[in-house]
Amino acid sequence: MPPVSEVESTQVGALSGRSDFAIISEIVEPGSRVLDLGCGEAELLAWLMEHKGVQARGVEIEPAKLRKAIGRGVSAYQGDIDEGLADYPDHAFDYVILSQTLQETRAPLKVLREMLRVGRQAIVAFPNFGHWSVRFSMLFSGQAPRTKLFPYEWYESPNIHFLTVHDFETLVERQGFRVERRYFLAGSRRVTVLPNLLAETAVFLVGK
Amino acid sequence: MEMIVQTQTARFETVALESGAVLSSVEVAYETYGELNGARSNAILILHAFSGDAHAAGVGAESGKPGWWDSMVGPGKAFDTESYFVICSNVLGGCQGTTGPQSMNPQTGAPYAMTFPVITIADMVRVQKMLIDALGIGQLLAVAGGSMGGMQALQWAASYPEMTRAVIPIATTARHSAQQIAFNEVARQSIMADPDWNGGDYYSGKPPARGLAIARMVGHITYMSDESMREKFGRRLREKKKFGFDFSVDFEVESYLRYRGSQFVGRFDANSYLYITKAEDYFDLLSTPSFAPETASVRFLVISFTSDWLYPSYQSQEIVRVLRRRNLDVAYCDLQSNYGHDAFLVDVAEQTDVMRGFLTSTYKEKPAVAARV
Repeated sequence: MPPVSEVESTQVGALSGRSDFAIISEIVEPGSRVLDLGCGEAELLAWLMEHKGVQARGVEIEPAKLRKAIGRGVSAYQGDIDEGLADYPDHAFDYVILSQTLQETRAPLKVLREMLRVGRQAIVAFPNFGHWSVRFSMLFSGQAPRTKLFPYEWYESPNIHFLTVHDFETLVERQGFRVERRYFLAGSRRVTVLPNLLAETAVFLVGK
Repeated sequence: MEMIVQTQTARFETVALESGAVLSSVEVAYETYGELNGARSNAILILHAFSGDAHAAGVGAESGKPGWWDSMVGPGKAFDTESYFVICSNVLGGCQGTTGPQSMNPQTGAPYAMTFPVITIADMVRVQKMLIDALGIGQLLAVAGGSMGGMQALQWAASYPEMTRAVIPIATTARHSAQQIAFNEVARQSIMADPDWNGGDYYSGKPPARGLAIARMVGHITYMSDESMREKFGRRLREKKKFGFDFSVDFEVESYLRYRGSQFVGRFDANSYLYITKAEDYFDLLSTPSFAPETASVRFLVISFTSDWLYPSYQSQEIVRVLRRRNLDVAYCDLQSNYGHDAFLVDVAEQTDVMRGFLTSTYKEKPAVAARV
């Protein structure tokens, strides 16, 4: 397992205040080919196009967000992540990004495998279900946890697969993939110790 | 301020057709809007649908009528004529200024009628390419059109992919389906069953007005949606309080279709209807190996509409899948609309949003060096 990566101070504060975006924009090499699954209004892709000269593509299911993404000049298309990757040839991209969405997909393992088929590397950011606040919430309330990270009632939550930092690392290892870099965040602060307990958001760079 | 426009005509000695036939003395009616920039890099070719013409925007100098896509083309609109030089021409086989079956055959001195050769969408695009060459434009910024205009846009990506930086097919298909061919065949049979059609030889007498009007009535049904018809007409009666118990017009929708049908007769040639629908039916890019090669540097923006049942969204998605398989640059959106196939003409707000951003970003990119083969 690689050491927890240091994040340099970044200039991407403008990225909707999403600290995972700041990390992703550090990882992505200039001039690379990037596919963002669940790209929303494509703030991240537009930033990467402008500052890193990437070839950007996005997938988004929500029509209003998609229109904004295309209106920004990003080649995004309306589609579902769970089935949207099948048509791409192998290694069509350098990076396939899945930010804060893995836990919402119907078949996360299939999505991860597909990401690493069409991309050389996958960048996966997700909320850590192992965070202490989640554990406490469940332990003391005896109910499905509701925290800052997981604010929904169980019957309204878009999250259908809950995973922790450990869970993700175990899956990557079992699949024979490799964690190349990993970053942990609590708010916009970096977490360097006990990430499974202290990280609210994890960002992994996964290769084959 | 209104943009007053004049239709112009370009002339070509010969055009070699896909069938092997050669047409001579071909005229092409076209209009332009906006100014070509010094680098000649801001030209957009607009492609009209089945019954459209060269008059896409502005107010016709003689007719005084607005263009068929005036809501999309003009200063500050989706195709912003303050930034872009927009061109639109009438298709080959048409009847609004470009050579078609009603034109004079220079060999005989009489109208071609049914001796006009069968043409294809690729032939229409070949003539458009000749026009663009004649205008001294080496590479277009974009080609864009809805319905049959979208087929032509896609055909550009097969015939001349190096000659345009972007292709924008709207409410269209890469291949005419059985249902689409079926509607066209009903229209053709309606025209040909009219005794006034006379084997296509009617230019010195009465045109097949009944047959052509009925063909257009069928067309109009396919352009709307169940919902838009319900909203527009419902079961409302036409100028009466109760049924007539006869076969005069009872319902508003009957009156509307009859009106649209008879109005069409005044502006469209029945033989052009036959030839252009045939060109649509032959259209099948999915079996055309040269379509959108993997090496193409062209961008695509594919747009469909949720209530369009004549060119349903699945056909646009089919185009997107083919392009994605070749790892080409494609944006796609399925816009929500109740207007059916007509949406591309009337539901312009969301179209404008995506189009404007797409064109701006394409224009901003460094033009790829056109591959000269």
